[in-house]
Amino acid sequence: MTDSAVKVTFAPPTVDENPALLRELVSHLRQNRTKLREEWVRRISVFELLTAMTKEEIFAEATSVYDSYVLALETGTLEALQAYARNLSERIIPRGVETHEVVGIVLLLRDVLARSLFAKYHADFAPLNRILDAYEPAANRIAITVAVGFVQERERVIREQQEAIRELSTPVLQVRERLLILPIIGLIDPARARQLTEQLLRGIRTNRAKVVVIDITGVAAMDANVANHLVLTVESARLLGATVIVTGLSPEIAQTLVNIGVDLGKMTTVGDLQGGIEEAERLLGYKVLPMRETEAV
Amino acid sequence: MSESPNSSHSANSSGTEKPEQGVPLITEADIVAARQRGRELALGIGFSPGDATLIATAISELARNIVTYAKRGEIRLIPIELNGKRGLTVVAKDEGAGIPDIRQALQDGYSTAGRLGLGLPGVKRLMDEMEIVSEVGVGTTVTAKKWRT
Amino acid sequence: MEVPILKQGAYLIASIQAALSDTDLLHFRDVLMKSVGQYRARGVIVDVAALDVMDSFGTRVLGDIARMISLRGAKTVIVGIQPEVALTMVQMGLTLGAVETTLDLEEGLAYLDANTKPAAER
Repeated sequence: MTDSAVKVTFAPPTVDENPALLRELVSHLRQNRTKLREEWVRRISVFELLTAMTKEEIFAEATSVYDSYVLALETGTLEALQAYARNLSERIIPRGVETHEVVGIVLLLRDVLARSLFAKYHADFAPLNRILDAYEPAANRIAITVAVGFVQERERVIREQQEAIRELSTPVLQVRERLLILPIIGLIDPARARQLTEQLLRGIRTNRAKVVVIDITGVAAMDANVANHLVLTVESARLLGATVIVTGLSPEIAQTLVNIGVDLGKMTTVGDLQGGIEEAERLLGYKVLPMRETEAV
Repeated sequence: MSESPNSSHSANSSGTEKPEQGVPLITEADIVAARQRGRELALGIGFSPGDATLIATAISELARNIVTYAKRGEIRLIPIELNGKRGLTVVAKDEGAGIPDIRQALQDGYSTAGRLGLGLPGVKRLMDEMEIVSEVGVGTTVTAKKWRT
Repeated sequence: MEVPILKQGAYLIASIQAALSDTDLLHFRDVLMKSVGQYRARGVIVDVAALDVMDSFGTRVLGDIARMISLRGAKTVIVGIQPEVALTMVQMGLTLGAVETTLDLEEGLAYLDANTKPAAER
């Protein structure tokens, strides 16, 4: 899945009208590459950005960013820059680099390049104006592309971490053959509820469970939506051939279920987890047998 | 008693629309084709397999209504995007007899035992937004949207 | 498209493929009913593991099949409903009623073994 391209509509599309100007701009930036890149790295250090990285790393990245920047200006396309921004983000996010640093260094580069244009064309206002007309919208598009790329990557990482936490915090335990226990603790939001259900149904299939005990002792409150989802979960499990026992139902949650129209008589509930396990074992036909007896269940 | 064109239960949001796909509905085989195309498209947009199943099922219901009651029509599948959120719009359009009483058609209490329902309450529960425009003697258009979570 | 129906002892086992059309499904219902009579089956297993969508029509027909089979004194088990399909059905409010559903064929056979008795013992 690729993320959709960022659309920026505020910049007037004048760049394409001046291919000659653009070539002039690009060649100026390429000729002065070494000097401008050094100036940029100097400023990055003055403004104390990218402190999580070493001087060598900053220099290496600065070279890549500079060249990608100029290439983006030259070709007018942002794909290569987007790919680079994503790649760069993947590398530096684990290092603890923050959004304001990434936005900061891109803006610093923009400033350094703009200043060099002022320096070159200071004698004549008209060509300066024209070249800025070519430079500014393109530079702004680039800044946004890199910043957005970084932010999107960060959001993706955060989502993955959240998903992992959710998975960890809700283990589906196989306690005996054909018996699963799903202890739920804490707040359940719709996303977590969905994930719980998926985990449970997958668990029923993998473990060929016939009874599932869902313990909600640790759940303080449940809104109508989540309560409804619990009912959906119980009914889905039944379609997979598993009986669900809900344990630890507080009076408040029982009331919520009744309010949304659930017939508690149809749902198997037991007061506490221990009782639920015993009921499950009874359903599964587990008996404590004296040593000599055998019995087909 | 015929009624003027009425629409029911609309919760509309506009969004930019990308190229859409249309599936004509005339035969039963088209029902299967429509829901398979819907599933593929949903997965391509990034819906989870579970949500893709929901969408395919909703399409199956809508397509079947058209093939059974209106004899012909089409399903249009339109990928949509709004504020960075992606989703899918399903438009089921026919030139059949129209639905005289939309409110009744949307009534809950639809059951599989006995009474032939239009499956619309079920579709409403699967999708995030649904709008029905129907005129007796002219036709029906059901527009349903689902957003990726 | 024909749905293969196998005979295993006093049971019939039918596996439904994914892209069954409405007409095929109704045809399957008729063939199944005939087979139940012809082989005097005690139990019928309908395996829907290959179905990726179960809508109101499919649910209704399966329910009809189970009811018709019970009128003949036999039991029906629907096996192999996929987790996503189960969730969708439940969300839509579709129900198979009192029809037994199990995870897979093995469980289905175990259910029939435990719940159907040969005629002589009834």
